[in-house]
Amino acid sequence: MKTFHIGGVHPHDNKQFSAHQAITECPLPKQAIIPLVQHIGAPAQAVVEVGAKVKVGELLAKAGGFVSANIASPVSGTVTKIGDMTDAWGATVPAIFIDVDGDVWSPEIDRSPDLIHQCTLEPKQIIDKIAAAGIVGLGGACFPTHVKLLPPPGKKAEVLIVNGVECEPYLTCDHQLMMEHGEELIIGIQILKKALGVDRAIIGIENNKRDAIEHMTRLANAQLGIEVMPLQLKYPQGGEKQLIDACIGRQVPSGALPIEVGAVVDNVATLFAVYEAVQKNKPLISRVMTVTGKNVQKPGNYLVRFGTPIDEVIALAGGVPNHTGKVIGGGPMMGRAMDHTEGMPANKRLSGLLFLDEAECQSHEPENCIRCGKCVQACPMGLEPYLLHRLYELERWDEMEKHDVMDCIDCGCCVFTCPAHRPLLDGIRPGKAKVGAILRERAAAKAAEKK
Amino acid sequence: MAHFITSPAPHVHSGDSVRRNMALVILALMPAYIVSVIEFGCGALITAAIAVAACVLTEWLISRFMLKEQRQSIGDLSAVLTGLLLAFNLPSSIDWWIVVIGAIVAIGVGKMTFGGLGQNLFNPALVGRVFLLISFPAQMTTWPLPKGFETSYVDAETGATPLYFLKHIMKTGDTSLVEQLPSLRDALFGVMGGSLGEVAALALIIGGVFLICTRVITWHIPVSIIATVALFAWIATPAGMAPHTFIGYQLLSGGLMLGAFFMATDYVTSPMTAWGKIIFGVGIGLLMMVIRTWGAYPEGMSFAILIMNACVPLLNRFRPQRFGEKKK
Repeated sequence: MKTFHIGGVHPHDNKQFSAHQAITECPLPKQAIIPLVQHIGAPAQAVVEVGAKVKVGELLAKAGGFVSANIASPVSGTVTKIGDMTDAWGATVPAIFIDVDGDVWSPEIDRSPDLIHQCTLEPKQIIDKIAAAGIVGLGGACFPTHVKLLPPPGKKAEVLIVNGVECEPYLTCDHQLMMEHGEELIIGIQILKKALGVDRAIIGIENNKRDAIEHMTRLANAQLGIEVMPLQLKYPQGGEKQLIDACIGRQVPSGALPIEVGAVVDNVATLFAVYEAVQKNKPLISRVMTVTGKNVQKPGNYLVRFGTPIDEVIALAGGVPNHTGKVIGGGPMMGRAMDHTEGMPANKRLSGLLFLDEAECQSHEPENCIRCGKCVQACPMGLEPYLLHRLYELERWDEMEKHDVMDCIDCGCCVFTCPAHRPLLDGIRPGKAKVGAILRERAAAKAAEKK
Repeated sequence: MAHFITSPAPHVHSGDSVRRNMALVILALMPAYIVSVIEFGCGALITAAIAVAACVLTEWLISRFMLKEQRQSIGDLSAVLTGLLLAFNLPSSIDWWIVVIGAIVAIGVGKMTFGGLGQNLFNPALVGRVFLLISFPAQMTTWPLPKGFETSYVDAETGATPLYFLKHIMKTGDTSLVEQLPSLRDALFGVMGGSLGEVAALALIIGGVFLICTRVITWHIPVSIIATVALFAWIATPAGMAPHTFIGYQLLSGGLMLGAFFMATDYVTSPMTAWGKIIFGVGIGLLMMVIRTWGAYPEGMSFAILIMNACVPLLNRFRPQRFGEKKK
């Protein structure tokens, strides 16, 4: 069975809590708070005014640049405020506040459960529809999907790689989506293949989801040009570069995009959104979130409209368990620990909520580096985390750059594996930010010189 | 409003720890230690106990009274391991006070002067051992012969190690001495003269394989050392001796197995990357054979490892293969 070729670790997958729990719809909130930053790139620009009546699916904010995404209204009601909100990590974000009134949908959205197989649209029309629907990569990065579908001049996509890996421990939303909406996914894949002009798609699924592998294989066998590839269990297989390496054995060079090796990668949840947007005229207004943890009463997979306060999703799962130490937005390897949950809305970025109890959150004092080299063995990018951390302490930015700090994908393998509990990423992350700033400055100076 | 713990990702850990790694290495040394106690008796027990106690005490005294550190590093078991490895490198009949001096040099000079665990350039146990070898050459090369479990600590019968004969054979070409060598079978099971922990080649190999299987160490260093020594021995086989016999003796005698699996693989003093480790291992194998063949000492493992220890900062410049560097 295939996997990526450099580094990687094996955390306990802990998917047993929420695996195979049917997707449950979360009730509508009284008030929805819709952040205008739910993607990588420029914030979206509000196109509604306070007092406006909106229906589900109507445009609330349009993309604020080439790399940006539309935001559609996930609820119907009245816009009461357009202003700042503070998210669970203390950042201030512009947002639209809507008082919810009923559930009135925009008329062009097809809400019937019927599958629509046929798609007669031209590639350009498909991409426009995806852009209009505000679809972003739902695997975590939230990169606007339509941008990925427009390769830079001179580059040609050869294969669409579908990410059904879900390598983050605990999370099961993608798994359950494949089980319940496999047919829609397959149609979504055919649509994206058409948009990209490729005749081959590979669905990568890790071997801890045997039922999903079987189910998707059965569906894919009836189609032309779609294959399912079971992958050996190893984190971070869902990383874009790692997944391409695992599926087609090509490694994207440093600093380059997947299109460099002819690949475009999209998450299964993104493909489901593509199906809904293109075939059902439904913009991206909700996603499946996993709520889990060993003490959560009703761990499961919940379909949540964006803007719903996460407290309501948590209540549905039985409330915050006693002795909760951390609430993590996302999985335990790359997710962010929230200071509080009040006022925090569900959004495109939030793939799950993980509750770790106090005992699971015990921090260890870092000890001296024993130079065991385990971080070097674990790094899936072939970097030397111990060295980068040391260079950060010494503020040697040029050497950090030479040692390829910009290739770090933040996966956390080095910290996970370090026997001395050293906070390697606490040096590498800010170091990467610093080196990134230096590189941008240099590029700007060069551009100015040319002029 | 309820507040929760915030900290950067990742929020889970492998559960590995410095202490766990040290404990596994100590565990892996146990088969060889048991063989040693069976072969050399009480001397093996007492020497190891003194070495461990003296190493731990030295580390405690230095970090408590000289470095005035708040946190004690004794709990990480690294001093225990250094003590045990030092004992493994000593003749089992050696005087107790020599062991104590060796321990003080190992921990005091070899480790704590650099700032403690993780900072030292040279393998502490070997620093102690080589210091003793230079300071007390007679005592350090008087090898008790195994007699089964011996209850007395002194007055054991002593004799030459296989390496002494090998050196003589290589120098003079007098292959009549081959008959003086213990059988290869005895060498494998540790029925021969030598330092406390080095004699039981098979037990050391079992421990080494255990460390590779539990991912405490990787294969790179031991395999490259053993392969280099075997290749060198094959080329340098003296006339009148079968190559496989000569290779067998070179591999199974002296400190080779102990050094390859347990001393050269010391985390702190070995390279970080796969290629660095391989070059490190090849260097140790070559240097050791050069010393065994032409040097003044019959055994060169300690010197070979220490010399290569000094090259580690240079070897760490060999980068691991970056993602996307070769394949396209």
